[in-house]
Parts: sequence; structure tokens; C-alpha cells
Amino acid sequence: MTLPPSPLVDQLDRIERAREARRRRYLLEDERITLSHGSGGKASRNLIEGLLVPTLGHGVLNGCDDAAVLDLAGTGRVAFTTDSYVVSPLFFAGGDIGSLAVHGTINDLATAGAVPIALSLALILEEGLEVAVLRRVLQSIQTAARAAGVPVVTGDTKVVNRGKADQLFINTTGIGRVRNGVSLLATQICPGDRVLLSGPVGDHGIAVMLAREALEIEADIQSDSAPLHEMAAALLDAAPLTRCLKDPTRGGMASCLNEIAQLAGLAIAIDQARVPVRAEVRAACEILGLDPLHIANEGKLVAIVPAAQAAAACAAMRAHPKGVDATIIGEVLDGPADMVIVRTDVGGSRVLDMLTGDPLPRIC
Amino acid sequence: MSDAPALRFIDEYRNPELIRSLLAEIHRRAGERPVKVMEVCGGHTHAIYKHGLEDLLPSCIDLVHGPGCPVCVIPMGRIDDAIAIARHPDVIFTTFGDMMRVPSSRGSLLDAKAAGADVRFVYSPLDALKLARDNPQREVVFFAIGFETTAPATAATLLRARAEAIRNFSVFCNHVTIVPAIKAILDSPGMQIDGFIGPGHVSTIIGTQPFAFVAEHYRRPIVISGFEPADILQSVVMILRQKAGGIARVENQYARVVRPEGNRRALDAIGQTMELRPYFEWRGLGFITYSALQLRAEFAEYDAELRFEVPGVRVTDPKACQCGEVLKGVIKPWECRVFGTACTPDRPIGTCMVSPEGACAAYFNYGRYSLSARARPPAAKHVVS
Repeated sequence: MTLPPSPLVDQLDRIERAREARRRRYLLEDERITLSHGSGGKASRNLIEGLLVPTLGHGVLNGCDDAAVLDLAGTGRVAFTTDSYVVSPLFFAGGDIGSLAVHGTINDLATAGAVPIALSLALILEEGLEVAVLRRVLQSIQTAARAAGVPVVTGDTKVVNRGKADQLFINTTGIGRVRNGVSLLATQICPGDRVLLSGPVGDHGIAVMLAREALEIEADIQSDSAPLHEMAAALLDAAPLTRCLKDPTRGGMASCLNEIAQLAGLAIAIDQARVPVRAEVRAACEILGLDPLHIANEGKLVAIVPAAQAAAACAAMRAHPKGVDATIIGEVLDGPADMVIVRTDVGGSRVLDMLTGDPLPRIC
Repeated sequence: MSDAPALRFIDEYRNPELIRSLLAEIHRRAGERPVKVMEVCGGHTHAIYKHGLEDLLPSCIDLVHGPGCPVCVIPMGRIDDAIAIARHPDVIFTTFGDMMRVPSSRGSLLDAKAAGADVRFVYSPLDALKLARDNPQREVVFFAIGFETTAPATAATLLRARAEAIRNFSVFCNHVTIVPAIKAILDSPGMQIDGFIGPGHVSTIIGTQPFAFVAEHYRRPIVISGFEPADILQSVVMILRQKAGGIARVENQYARVVRPEGNRRALDAIGQTMELRPYFEWRGLGFITYSALQLRAEFAEYDAELRFEVPGVRVTDPKACQCGEVLKGVIKPWECRVFGTACTPDRPIGTCMVSPEGACAAYFNYGRYSLSARARPPAAKHVVS
């Protein structure tokens, strides 16, 4: 007697197949660059892993870390990072392209466990840009750099024809000294480690979206743009065994946690109810059909810390003015590999995937 | 945040205690026999996955994801037509975001944009009209899609365009109506649906009366439902109660929003500007008579199909794609031949994989873990210190 095929086994087989597809090597199959390639989600990963890394090679250029760490013989390790800023509009509640260019690069150094030393500043200006606008951005850069204690030491300026850039693009490069004994890598996380988050998510992305789109939603939502190096240092003092730090920028918490889980080959589970989200951001996301976990942040720190040091790490973040809402949101599990799972506030569970394209609103 | 103020009409419908009591009743009423409940609206599908509701239901309750995702039912040929319009050099083609990634027979609108077409996404047809006002030298076309939920906004925009005598604006109308689709499903051979979670948003416009035939003619309970977890679970309870009592009627769980008579003003606006098409192709369901809307003759000058040459060719769906069976509830998303392999949200073959409301995308993005979790408990215990 043969047993009839079990539908459940069939289901699991297919689920496994889908998971395999998800784990599949990233490939760039597109013929042209679309905006999705800049969204920080899957298409961005396809571009980086499918074209940039294979062409330029691995070595110190690891496509998945925000900063390279160079071992300079005799002088210790140096963190080295670069980032370009093309935000539109240039000014938004809580910040502007200038302060963002300073904070973003400092934060890439901070998440590598480095003390920032200096920044470079490259400006690409569109013909016709008002000098008053440029002056305002430069003042913002100066204020942000001084407040963070990280000077701008070199730079470059180019002007392009009208229409060849959108007012003003900025690139900043940063170097920093990696703290002694600190090595932060996603591959170091272990099952049982705790996932910490320094505060409410989604503020930056929603603030820019409200400033950009003709949404006519009035809400007091400010970008969280802020330098994180001091909070990161305090956290590393309190929890020296910290496995890795990340700042959940483009693609939000979803991209950040998925990158960590995939590099480590482990699972990360978070509790939706523990992830802080401001009521205004939550309301805006409900209206626009967006998930706060997909929205960009520019002043939040995610830390993965061994359970024994999680309370100390959390206390250190809370002692910092930018981390008063810091909390433990979840933990690392040994499976299902490469996945991020959200335990929903009604008691169900769901997979949290990277965003496929730009966060576009649902239509009904 | 735990101390954050509650969002009215959201938090009370996610209250864990309310959810627990509804689940208790569902578990109590669930018998041996499987009950198939179709949620008609894509918004429900999305909410079910987003909140992991299938995890919480007894295994005999089978939620079937219906045809109510407006992106999912647009046939491929219409996207070809849209791209043909968008390629005109003087056209600004405006669309809701979800439509940007839907594949036509040759690429998506997003690809057309990368190749030089001026495609922009808008949140409302009124935004498209504003673009027309601001760019008098360009032709602005709005890609109108959706059920009765979005049709009134298109209608209001058309009325305003005429009142303001804006001539460089037109609508590529693909509005569809939900009732013929539900009927098509009820008439399809092998149909096994025991009850329906009715479309909440559509019902705000058309009211509850148009669904009476489901109960009267087909003897199936239908409960018009809201979109929060407690709404959906309560609707399941109401369907189970009807079944237990051996009755079938239209009930309104979403009474805080839906009036039995619907929204007269919205219906009037639709009636002034649009009329039923004799037939329209639905992806996966085929041609359904009187199931879609077109602009009335009085609005011909605003009809993009008349203003621009469109191929108007019917494009057969890719062979491997089983969106049709998914939409009819014949198969589950993961039972499709290409689900998760050739067809993923990155590279969708079928429309169900594109919109976050599409059953396949919702299942791919949110649902996979729940099923495997049911059969294989996760290796580590869920403990958070």
C-alpha cells in the first residue's frame, strides 16, 4: 500500500524552494539602472553584489560593511568610508543635506567602532544654484561638524550644466581610528544575542517624504539626523563584547536586520510591540500604507550584544541624549537561516523582508 | 512606543484581549470539516499576512485570497497600452506607485521610465490634474485603476477638469467593479468557497445591498469587514455563526464606516462620468461582461484611449503563470509552478507578485515563516529578556 502524497510535505517543499531562491546569489539582470537600485533594498543589493563587488573585487572592499577597516602597520587600524547625498528637498524638518552629509559619514565610522578623525567634502553644484542656498548648506555643514567635533579638512567643487544635477549633490568621505580591541562584524553574532535599538524608527524617511511629496499631511515629524559616534563609544565601553553595530538608513530596519542575518546565516526575531515608533510616524505610515520598519533613519543605532551585556549596553544608550528610548527589541536565533521574523502585536508572526523598490504607497 | 497615544480606530482593533476572545470563539466553533473563507479584498490579504493571522486560526479555517487587488486583475495587454501612451514624447504619464513594476509583454512602466518615458507616480488623480495645470504644453495622462473605491476620485477629477476647461489632461480608464468578479468566482466550476469576507472599502461607496445575491442566490454568508486584525477575526466569527445557524445573509461588521446605502455623492460622480463597458478582460478570470467602467461619450475628449493610439492587443499571460488559479482560490500562492523561483517580488511574472496586496507577494513577503513554523517549531525558544 502506498501512502498518498501529503499536502503538508508538498507545502514545506515549496516553502524551502522559495527560501532557496531568496538566498540565491544576487544577480544584476537589469538592462538599465532604475530608481529601485538606489532604494537600499533588494535591487541595491543586486547592484552591489551582482556588479560592483565582482568587478572591483573583494579584499578590503566588502560590499556589506558601511566602512572599510585598514590595518596600517604600526599605527593601528583606520576606518575609511564614503557616502554621497542627493536628498530632495535640500531642507526638511530636523535637518538638511549639509547636516545629513556630516552625520551620515560619521555614523558609518561609528558603526565600524571607530573614533572619527576628519571628513572630506565634495560639492557638485548645478548651474543657477542660488548662492544663498549654498551658503545655508555650508553653514549647516560647519555647525554639524563642529558640534560633532569632526573637522572638514579637504574638499572639491564642480559645477555642471543646468539640468545635469538637482541643485546640489554632496559627497563626504571620513576616516577614523578604530578603537583598540574592537572588531564589529555581523558574522560574529550568535544565537541568544540580543538586538538593541536606540530609539523610535522612521522619523527621517517620513520627515523627508512629507517635505517632498505633495501629500498635504500636516504632522510634526522631524528627521532624527544626528551623529552617533559618542553613543556608540559609550555603548562599547559598557558592553565591550558587542558583536556588531549598524545604522538603519535606507531600507530601514528591514534592510539592516536582513543584511546581518544573511551575513551570519542565522535568524533574527523581533517583537513588533517592542519597536518604538512615534505616534505621528505610525499614523503617517498607516495613511500611506508603509511599514515603519522599511523607513530610513539617520540617527539610530542597532546593536547586537551578548545577552549578558545587553542590560549594560541598553543603559549606556539610555544615558545618552540620543538614546533615551533605547530598548531590547529581539534576539538572534539559530534558524530559520537568513531570515528576520517579526512577532506581531496580535500574537502572530511574519517574515520581514527587504524592500523590493522604493517605498511606494498602496492604493486601496 | 508603549506610552505613545493610541491611534483611534486602529489600536482598539489590535487589542490583544479582544483578539484572544475572538480567537477563543473561532476555535470553539471550528469543527472537523474544513471551512474555506474567501477574503475578496487585497487589503484584507495584506492585513492577514502583515499581522500573521493565519498562525492564530485553527487549521480547518482556510483563508482563500480573492480577486480584490486592483493591480492583480489588470491584464498584461493593458500595461502594453499604458506604456505605448507613456512613450509619446509630449506625455507625462501618471500612475499609482504599485503599477510601476507590473510587467507588460515588454518591461514595466519603471523600465519605460528608465528608457526615457516621463512616468511619475502620484497619490491621487487630482495630483495628475495639477501637473496638467502646471505643464500646459504637455499632455498629462492618468492611469486610472481600482474598484469602486478609487473610481469616485477619478470621477471627481474628470468633473473638475471639465469645470476648469483643462484640455491637456486625460484618463486611461481601467476601473473595474467587484460584483461581477465575485459572481464569476461563484459560477466557476469546482468553486468551494463557504463564505466571504466582503470588501470594506468598496462597500463604503456601493453599500451592502449589491452583495445580497451572494446570500440569496448562492446561499453563502458574506460579512463586510474592516481591515484591522480584530475586524477580520470578528468577520470570521460572524461567518461561522451564520454557518452554525444554517443561514446565509449579508452582515456589516464595518458599520463604523460602511452605510448600507453606500455613498450617494460618490456614486453620482461615477454615474456622471463613467458607464459600464460591455466587457473587460480580468487577469486570470478572462473576459467578464459589464465588469468595468469606461468614460461616457460626454467625456470623450478626456479619454486617453481615444486621444492616443494604443495597440489594444490582448496579450496571453506567460504560460508558467498561475495568477488566475490563485485569484480564483483554486490554488494557494505557494502551489504555483513558478512561485518563489522564477517569480519573485524582484522579478514578478504575474501581477499577484507585484502589489503588496497581491496574494503571492503578501505570502512571499510575510507568510512563509508561519506555515513552516506550524509544521516545524523554530529551533530556539522565543524568549526576550
